[in-house]
Amino acid sequence: MPHKKPAPNPNEEGGPAQGRRDFLKQSSLLAAIAAMPPLLVKAADAQLDEKAAAYFEKLPLSVEVNGVTHRLSIEPRTTLLDLLREQLALTGTKKGCDHGQCGACTVHVDGQRVLSCLSLAVMQEGKKVTTIEGLANGENLHPMQEAFIKHDGFQCGYCTPGQIMSGIACIREGHAGSDDEIREYMSGNICRCGAYPNIVKAIADVKKGGQRI
Amino acid sequence: MDQHHFFDAPERDPIDRVDGRAKVTGGATYSAEYKIQNTAYGFLVGSTVAKGRIKAIDTKSAERAPGVLAVITHLNAPKIPGYQTGKDPSKPQTGGQPLRVFYNDEIFYYDQPIALVIADTYERVLHAAKLVKAQFEKAAHQTDMEANLAKAKIPTGPRFEDYKRGELDAYKNAPVKLEQQYNHPVEVHNPMELGSIIARWEGADKVTVYTKTQGVGSTQNSIRDAFGLKAENVTVHAEHIGGAFGMALRTWPYEIAAIMGAQKIGRPLKLMLHREQMFTNVGYRPETVQKIGLGATADGKLTAITHEATANTSPYEEFTEATVNISRFLYACSNVTTRYRLVPLNVCTPIWMRGPGEATGCFALESAMDELAFALNLDPIEFRIRNHADTDPERNLPWSSKFLKECYELGSDRIGWKDRKLQPRARQEGDWLVGYGMGTGSFGAFRGSATVKAILQRDNKLVLQCSVNDMGPGTATMMTTIASEQMGMPPKQIAVQMGSTGLPPGPTQGGSMVTSTVGAAVHDVCAALKEQLAALASKEGSPFHTANVHEVKVDDLVFSETGLSLKRDGSVKISYADLLQRNSLPALELTKESRGQNQPYSSYSYSVHFVKLRVHPPTGRIKIDHIVSCADAGTIVSPKTAESQMIGGAVGGVGMALMEAVVMDHRFGRPINNNLADYHVPVNADIPKVDVLFVNKKDPYTNPMGSKGLGEIAIIGVAPAVANAVFNATGKRIRSLPITPDKVMEA
Repeated sequence: MPHKKPAPNPNEEGGPAQGRRDFLKQSSLLAAIAAMPPLLVKAADAQLDEKAAAYFEKLPLSVEVNGVTHRLSIEPRTTLLDLLREQLALTGTKKGCDHGQCGACTVHVDGQRVLSCLSLAVMQEGKKVTTIEGLANGENLHPMQEAFIKHDGFQCGYCTPGQIMSGIACIREGHAGSDDEIREYMSGNICRCGAYPNIVKAIADVKKGGQRI
Repeated sequence: MDQHHFFDAPERDPIDRVDGRAKVTGGATYSAEYKIQNTAYGFLVGSTVAKGRIKAIDTKSAERAPGVLAVITHLNAPKIPGYQTGKDPSKPQTGGQPLRVFYNDEIFYYDQPIALVIADTYERVLHAAKLVKAQFEKAAHQTDMEANLAKAKIPTGPRFEDYKRGELDAYKNAPVKLEQQYNHPVEVHNPMELGSIIARWEGADKVTVYTKTQGVGSTQNSIRDAFGLKAENVTVHAEHIGGAFGMALRTWPYEIAAIMGAQKIGRPLKLMLHREQMFTNVGYRPETVQKIGLGATADGKLTAITHEATANTSPYEEFTEATVNISRFLYACSNVTTRYRLVPLNVCTPIWMRGPGEATGCFALESAMDELAFALNLDPIEFRIRNHADTDPERNLPWSSKFLKECYELGSDRIGWKDRKLQPRARQEGDWLVGYGMGTGSFGAFRGSATVKAILQRDNKLVLQCSVNDMGPGTATMMTTIASEQMGMPPKQIAVQMGSTGLPPGPTQGGSMVTSTVGAAVHDVCAALKEQLAALASKEGSPFHTANVHEVKVDDLVFSETGLSLKRDGSVKISYADLLQRNSLPALELTKESRGQNQPYSSYSYSVHFVKLRVHPPTGRIKIDHIVSCADAGTIVSPKTAESQMIGGAVGGVGMALMEAVVMDHRFGRPINNNLADYHVPVNADIPKVDVLFVNKKDPYTNPMGSKGLGEIAIIGVAPAVANAVFNATGKRIRSLPITPDKVMEA
């Protein structure tokens, strides 16, 4: 193993992470020797370990986002949220807390609402992800999008994509039977501008409209 | 136009939010979302101690981590010219020296940035940031307000000196008196969008930033001063910001750090704070201890108010707000004393949070008014009406308009105030006690200056340009509404371009003054546009120019979506396209600056909030059943967005009343609940039906529309309405926010 790093200091935090990297490097280099093209083995010999490690730290992922299949090579630690925002340029899905506490990052995975900040991207293999950008049919907005405009279910708009994705799921789940039920099942989506009463109106309106959503 | 209304049809159909489509499709772009090629990622590492010095900082491991481009600390930070000249890199200014990030080894508060790590991907920068290790020389920190009250001092400058009208502390000798203390904890704005910036240098002396700010102009000035640049070489974009509530009223150290970082790596840099950092590095509503003394006659006439407030600030700046000022003018009272003090603590500097000091001050004053009304055996509304200020008692001026009594009336009808009993614990429904409460709010109706450019195109499109931006209330919708009304044009033909320093200068969004300021400029530029159109229509060869008539005036014309026509004979008309073509104009462009004038009047907006709630004594749980928020904010320009703004204020007020508080661990000077799971904000299930009622009468003096501000009064007075309702339900007076179940149970 190449030794460009200082000896690990037992008092330092972050030891396990370094250990993980070293393990990955070792195991992936062993795998490389067994199965990978000679080029990479050569790279390892030339002490290009970081580059080799970076290559091996990525995993293949095939995921359908808004009807488009993406074949990607991503780090296993990448969240679905960061994949969408930083790599696929789908910034409609918002980051509000990164801890599953605010709901701004809500997307649909195989039709169910999911907090994309708590979902690792690699776990979405073969799944269908729908984000706010995938709701409208061309120029025609989704009924929930229309209802949010009609009832002014937002102000700043930052939590809105998450609210809309959650609102659709709330109806699909059968949790929009009354205003109180909507309030309860929409309480995972924080709106700091305080548009809650109008969000409830929008969801109740779509539910009443009876359209297939 | 009648006396009370600006719009021809006061009950007109409100227009939908003009940026609604962008917001519901994910098309609205916020600061961290601009697609800039080759952007690197930054992450700030914070101090783990609340006071002291950085003894050593080891960045080697971080620098060696994959993808890392740079690690900036005080040891290697580029020199910031503004730091040396002592010029304040932060506007609007507060007293003192703003924090100079990476300036030296001094630590003032927990999580103060000590390093900026930059890497090529987000995942890599997060990992590398964990590898930065620092050792500190700790000093004894102070974060406990109560323990430091003895250090309270008057802020520097004349604005915060003690105020006395009539006799000093006259409440002490009043026939009926009340003296109580009211506590307000630290509250954090926590807009849903995190503090975010993308900085990109274009050469050595030119920078563009996409940042979360409420004022692109003030951010431009801050960056200009900090980096010693020419203003025109600093471009700031912030069309949409995901809420702010005051948090983005100044340029914060994280923004300066990101610009520094982008300079160092010669690449665009994106920095998005984490939620935990939103609790420690970008301000908050300060902790405030207030004392109110009220005196009254037995028949309910206020004779004296004393209002004292002591709030925290940081060790390096004096943050001030108008916490006690409301007591000087809200009620007719001849003896008023106010005192305002600051206590420096080892925390970052506060920043105005919605309603700012007035919301904090009103919690104390309006709670005390409720207490005194009860002591006098008077209905709290009746008590307020008996002490209504018919003129401004502070400045001895008439009001420009005041429809506060109308608010009391509208709201008490809607909430069912007649069902309220004066005695607490008088209404019970099952295990629940039911109570009603109300609170008044007020905030100055200010107007600043704004420049708006109007471009009327041959395709009948009207473009409005102003650098003002929008954190949510609906600035573009307000501008569109006014232009639509003025030009007789449907909103869909009007486009607003805003939120960028390249546009004509508009104000910072804050202090409830954007509609008054920018709306007036839109009004004025449209009026000027109509004058120009009338002048063009008067020219020879125009159908309006006849043998007898050589000139048409604006008043002779009807302006519509496609052109103008003669009022008395609709068949005489011309399209905008034709008129522009005849005059060889590709478009008609006009720029107009508009500003408020000093008037011999006092201008304030008013709100009255009513709350009906239930309290469950065995568990201390509080469930709000109904909120009615009434406002005298002059003409309501954009009814739909105005209603949403009021609802939002009520929701914010519920948070302030019932749940929001930062809990500090004073042993370490750190917040314990620095996340959205532990710092509670209202969620959907906490919020009942909210009715919004506007008096909607024009103020004759504030601006051409007759509007007054709305953003602050939406929250000012909500928290006392809740506290007063809790008293009415239970007979328990809780003077320390938030009113959590434990307090209800132990009171």
